[in-house]
Amino acid sequence: MKSRLPINIINGAGMIIVVVLFLMPFVWMVSTSFKTLGETMTFPPVWFPDQFLWENFIKAWNSGPFLRYFFNSVVVTFGILVLQFCTIIPAAYAFARYTFKGDRFFFGLTMITLMIPPQLIFLPVYLQMSSWGLLDSLWALILPFASSAFGIFLLRQSFKQVPEELLEAARLDEASEGKIILKIMIPMAKPVLITFALFSFITHWNDYFWPLVMTTSDSARTLPLGISKLREVEGGVAWNILMAGNMILVIPILIVFFFAQRQIIRAFVYTGVK
Amino acid sequence: MAQITLKNVSKRFDDEYVVNNMNLTVKDGSFTVLVGPSGCGKSTTLRMIAGLEQVSEGEIWVDDECVNDVSPGKRDVAMVFQNYALYPTMTVKGNIEFGLTNKKVPKKERESLINDIASIVGLENHLYKKPQTLSGGQRQRVALARAMVKKPKVFILDEPLSNLDAKLRSQMRTELIQLHQRLGTTFIYVTHDQVEAMSMGDEIVLLNKGEIQQNDSPMNVYHYPVNVFSAEFIGTPAMNVFLMEKIMPYTSNIDKDAHYVGFRPEHAAILTTQPYEDSHCITLQGQLLTRETLGSETIYQIKHRAGNFTVKSFLPPLEENNKNVFVSIPYEKLYFFDENKEQDRDHHWKQASSLTVEGM
Repeated sequence: MKSRLPINIINGAGMIIVVVLFLMPFVWMVSTSFKTLGETMTFPPVWFPDQFLWENFIKAWNSGPFLRYFFNSVVVTFGILVLQFCTIIPAAYAFARYTFKGDRFFFGLTMITLMIPPQLIFLPVYLQMSSWGLLDSLWALILPFASSAFGIFLLRQSFKQVPEELLEAARLDEASEGKIILKIMIPMAKPVLITFALFSFITHWNDYFWPLVMTTSDSARTLPLGISKLREVEGGVAWNILMAGNMILVIPILIVFFFAQRQIIRAFVYTGVK
Repeated sequence: MAQITLKNVSKRFDDEYVVNNMNLTVKDGSFTVLVGPSGCGKSTTLRMIAGLEQVSEGEIWVDDECVNDVSPGKRDVAMVFQNYALYPTMTVKGNIEFGLTNKKVPKKERESLINDIASIVGLENHLYKKPQTLSGGQRQRVALARAMVKKPKVFILDEPLSNLDAKLRSQMRTELIQLHQRLGTTFIYVTHDQVEAMSMGDEIVLLNKGEIQQNDSPMNVYHYPVNVFSAEFIGTPAMNVFLMEKIMPYTSNIDKDAHYVGFRPEHAAILTTQPYEDSHCITLQGQLLTRETLGSETIYQIKHRAGNFTVKSFLPPLEENNKNVFVSIPYEKLYFFDENKEQDRDHHWKQASSLTVEGM
């Protein structure tokens, strides 16, 4: 017992360092978003502004069509999520539970697409969208992500863990394949589905590159683009306003995280629970 | 309620036959037990009847309908799995209800059916619990309730008691027998445990290597095993079987045609002193090797020049080991098998009848 004390101290210190490293930029962002412009420039930096300036948020929000951006971001991320669920769930079920001609080949093909970054194929996709006349619309932001190889892979693994007997029992209970997916597979894979939803949500909520390439007008742009625009003000960057914009971007993610936390943890400790 | 008929049914995995040209009739309302060592094809047969496995050759009939191409759900069979296979994300009630919802049974009817079944299996207080929170016996009941609630023509049970401890198992055994009597539905039960087969079934189908060895009532299988496999599988301890030529030197009263001779351990009497010469009995002298006292009975392992054998006695146990003992077996309790290990029925009967004449 005695000898464990120093180890505990080292452990604790290590954790604190890591937490500080990760938390400091975030705290800085939060505090900056409430500062006056003057306070953002002082050195050493002020952690607690004299006055919490909520106007920064209003200024940021009013500096452009933020309601539009926000709405676009919501539509895009949820549109992607819904489409992804519609494609990856049946695909993962088929890959996990059926043997069909070329199943391994097609699964391999799916896995290969994991290795291709979107930046590599944006040109052909751009041309395709252009030929469909979908450029500068939300469709150009949603359709290219309608499926996810990562999601198929993740879900297939968790579908594979469902014992075969359960499916047989369901078939004897006269359940259709759709019903088996809906009533047995999805509830059992719920933690994994939520985790994937979160990954997808964060990726596309924060995505800057794709909307930048595919859209040109404000009517189809999303929050990250709107916020980057805050930097393009004359006479230097208003850091406090920019950070307030970032807060607007981040808060929805925090809220989602807050509610999904337990499920995420469960997704990673799910193995072994039968 | 239904009669099930298997006509020349075979199941192949690649080129290997797991079930080979099986012909079997499961009588309407019977409690039929498929029993055999592991890998004998009993589970495969069961799964083919349930529709979870396609037949490679042959036909399966439920009453007067060939169900080869009927999906499992439409066959009107309900199955209880070895590991229960309860839906973990549903409550007990959800588990029982699932099949009914899929059959589009109206809500009101569902409720009353579920309540009836729950009271039959004693789950009224657990309806809203998840299966994970229940004990093994309770899960077993949920699995039974889920099968029963659909009022199937045929019940299929795949080693349903093998995950329970000994005490609970014998309790569930009695409950299953009562359940069968109460429902009057055809039960098909798979087990590797011959005690379960003997105690529950009114019809035993003994399988080995994908073929039916014997299909008869438990008592007939016990008394008239048709071959060595059947004789050795049913009964604890197993029947002692010897090559005829090894036993011949110790007796003069047996016809020489048979190839194998056997007797059940419980049919032999064990004595410490040489018995009087008796024309009705064969007497073997050997050494006591081991002794298992089980309370009501004692099982002895005896060393003999013809080979070791076991004797079961209901008398107070003999004390000393390594002692010379005399084992006598009445001729009428001997079983004879030919060189194919099949019972030589004529031979056996001739022997038995001649003995009765002698005895009179």
